[in-house]
Amino acid sequence: MACRPKLHYFNGRGRMESIRWLLAAAGIEFEEKFIESPEDLEKLRNDGSLMFQQVPMVEIDGMKLVQTRAILNYIATKYNLYGKDIKERALIDMYVEGVADLNEMILLFSICPPGEKDAKLALIKERTTKRYFPAFEKVLKSHGQDYLVGNKLSRADIHLVELLYYVEEIDSSLIANFPLLKALEARVSNLPTVKKFLQPGSQRKPPMDEKSLEEAKKIFKFK
Amino acid sequence: MAAKPKLYYFRGRGRMESIRWLLAAAGVEFEEEFLEKREQYEKLEKDGCLLFGQVPFVEMDGMKLTQTRAILSYLAAKYNLYGKDLKERVRIDMYTDGTLDLMMMIALVPFKPPEEKEENIALIVKKAKTRYLPVFEKVLKDHGEDFLVGNKFSWADVQLIETILMMEELNASILSDFPLLKAFKTRISNIPTIKKFLQPGSQRKPCPDKQYVDVVRHILQF
Repeated sequence: MACRPKLHYFNGRGRMESIRWLLAAAGIEFEEKFIESPEDLEKLRNDGSLMFQQVPMVEIDGMKLVQTRAILNYIATKYNLYGKDIKERALIDMYVEGVADLNEMILLFSICPPGEKDAKLALIKERTTKRYFPAFEKVLKSHGQDYLVGNKLSRADIHLVELLYYVEEIDSSLIANFPLLKALEARVSNLPTVKKFLQPGSQRKPPMDEKSLEEAKKIFKFK
Repeated sequence: MAAKPKLYYFRGRGRMESIRWLLAAAGVEFEEEFLEKREQYEKLEKDGCLLFGQVPFVEMDGMKLTQTRAILSYLAAKYNLYGKDLKERVRIDMYTDGTLDLMMMIALVPFKPPEEKEENIALIVKKAKTRYLPVFEKVLKDHGEDFLVGNKFSWADVQLIETILMMEELNASILSDFPLLKAFKTRISNIPTIKKFLQPGSQRKPCPDKQYVDVVRHILQF
């Protein structure tokens, strides 16, 4: 029996969360080894386990993979969540990159100094309601299908629904005018694997709080 | 006969340059429409071409593609520059993601305030020398082959040579500690399609200058 993938990261969402979501949605059990101190990170670096000295790092199929996108691409391909041909993959990639851009803004917002929070929050809200949500609502409207690409569940749906949850945490009113996004969220959330992941006790990580922010700052040495 | 890919962007490198490199490396002819006025950009938006209101935008194979990485991955797969199987692909993805990170940093330099530029460039040079270039030197050393992945020319090689040349513009001696990368640079530069792209008169764009920065700021309104 093949080993389970092993995720190396700190005990929080950060850049590893989308990988957790994708594995969970694909029904793949995974282990986690949490980095709890700067020394833990140093050890991984000194062992030569981190190609560019950075995490996320995922041990899977005899490889030590780094770079979030490379890891997600691998998992999506392996578990058939990447469309049926290169044209579907291009559409999926386009959608996923948009999701990643907004997700990045939210990630940076969660770790930014208090003085910068208001401006960042305003920009997130604007981009969400004027750029990203309208784009995805339009895609769903244009074909009327249940999923974003090829009438079949793909990583694009999973990453988007993950994002919808984060936006809701920030401001639950932002999704108000986007009925098709709401429907997608409900549909994907009801898939058995996703439903399980959304329940308490799963490997899904909570929003960053003061304590975990301090921990992350210590480990990754940022202010 | 299929139409040529058409690229819509500013007349400069920015985020489109990696796409020009990959098309050129694959020997694919392409057309370009340069954004010089705000009206052109607004027209693209109005026509529903820009999914997230952003360029790069590439029209090809009946698709309206945006998002740099989506476009690059599509081209790599279409023109057989993405390895022979999933394991090779993930290595190519790891390498290109790393170099794209570095190149995005370089692409932003012209837009930084003048007082930050020097410090910014120094940081990029440091990251290149300590984090990225040693990795590729080691990859080449470990397998002793001519190309980064699978003993065959791939997107990873195109991305790396583009990065090396851009880094040399910032710091001429950046490869001084990396003999295998120096040899790699020479070897890849001599591939016919790359050689052609490196010659004057090709669609390769020059270093960004003040005029380029002004046009971008005007069109994107920042």
